[in-house]
Amino acid sequence: MAELNTGGDGGKGGKVRSKKSNPGVDLTAMVDLAFLLITFFMLTTSLSKPQSMNLAMPDKNKEDIDDGTTEVQDDRTITILMGKDNTLLWYLGKFDEPLVAPTETQYGKDGIRQILLQRIAAVKKLYTKEGEGLIVIIKPSDKTHYKNLIDILDEMAITNVQLYAIGDISKPEVELLEEKGMY
Amino acid sequence: MAKVKVSRKSTRIDMTAMCDVSFLLLTFFILTATAKMPDPHPVDAPASTVQTKLPEDNLATITVGDNEVFFNVLGREVRRKTLERISEKYNVPFTEEEYTSFSLMEGFGVPVNQLKGLLAMEPAKRNEPGYQKGIPFDTINDQLSDWIKFSREASREFLNEEINSGKKDVKYVDLDIAIKGDADEDYTTIKRVIDILQDQKKNRFFLVTGLRDEDF
Repeated sequence: MAELNTGGDGGKGGKVRSKKSNPGVDLTAMVDLAFLLITFFMLTTSLSKPQSMNLAMPDKNKEDIDDGTTEVQDDRTITILMGKDNTLLWYLGKFDEPLVAPTETQYGKDGIRQILLQRIAAVKKLYTKEGEGLIVIIKPSDKTHYKNLIDILDEMAITNVQLYAIGDISKPEVELLEEKGMY
Repeated sequence: MAKVKVSRKSTRIDMTAMCDVSFLLLTFFILTATAKMPDPHPVDAPASTVQTKLPEDNLATITVGDNEVFFNVLGREVRRKTLERISEKYNVPFTEEEYTSFSLMEGFGVPVNQLKGLLAMEPAKRNEPGYQKGIPFDTINDQLSDWIKFSREASREFLNEEINSGKKDVKYVDLDIAIKGDADEDYTTIKRVIDILQDQKKNRFFLVTGLRDEDF
C-alpha cells in the first residue's frame, strides 16, 4: 500500500532499467512513537484526576455524641489525641477515668491500626447488635499537621470504622500532651 | 540431492494501517486530555489509600498552604455570577473585561480590594510566587466565607437556569467543596476553614489527597 509503483514505465524504447529500489517508507519507528505517546496520554488522563476522601462533620447545632446526652458505653469509645511531630496518644473510655490509660503509639500499620483492630474485635464480642461498633473520637491539637489528620482518617477507612468524629481537644488533654513532650 | 528451495518472502509488514490506527487513537487521547492549569499556590497534598474521585464539575476548591487560602470554582458562568455578587457586597464595580478575565482565571488568592490589580495583570505573571498572598479568612475580615457563600448561590442560580432552559440531564445539587491542604499545614488553619464551611451548614466536603501505596 505504501509502496509506490516504480515499475518500468516504458521509457524511450531503450532498455533503461530503473533501479528497483523500494521507495516504501519504513513506518516502524513512527508507529513506535505513536504508541509511546498513546500510552503516555492514556496513563496521564486517568491518573491525573485528583483523589479525595469524603468527610462529614457532625452538625454544629446538634449535641455531640460524647456529650453524655446519648448513652455511650465507655468500652466502645476510643479517643485519639494527636500531638506534634507524628506523635499520638490513645485511651479508652472517659478521660477522667479511662479504662485503658493514655498510651503512646505511632501512625501506620504497626501502631494505631493494630490497636484499632484489637478494639474492634473486642467490641464485636461484647456487643452483638447491629450498629454498635467502635466509636473513635479524633482530637487533633493545634500543633498537629494536616497530614496526620489525613493519616488517621485513612486508618478509619482501612479498618472500616463506621462511627468516628473529629472533636475539639480539651485543656487537660493538651496538658497531658505537653507533659509527654508532644505539644 | 535436490535442494529444497526456501521461498524468499519479504519479512516486512505493511505498517500503514497500524500507523493509521495508532495516530487516530493518539489524536483521540490528546483531544480528550484536559490540560492542567497552573496553581497559584502549589501544595503537596497528603497521601491516603481512599480513592474516591473528585467531582468534575460543580466544585469549588479551597487550597490551603502556608497559612494562605486560595479559592477556585469551576465553570465560567458560575465564576462570573460569583464575582457579580462580590462586586455588589464590597461595592467594587468591575468592567466587562474584568469579568471575562475573572471567568477564565483558575484560582486566586487576593483580598477583594486587590482583585482589580490581579485581573489587570498578564495571566502568566499572576502566578509568580509572592504576589498572591491569600484570601483573608480570619474572624474580623472573613472574605473566604463570602466567596464560598456567593459561589454556592451562583451555582444554584446557574443550575436553575439550566433546568429552566429545558435541559433534561441537569439536576439540582449543592456546590461541592473540596479542601486541598498542604501536608505540613497546621491543623488550626484547616480547622478554621472547616469552621467557615460548617457555619454555612456545609457539613460534607471532600479532602483532596494523593495516592498512597498499598503497604501503608
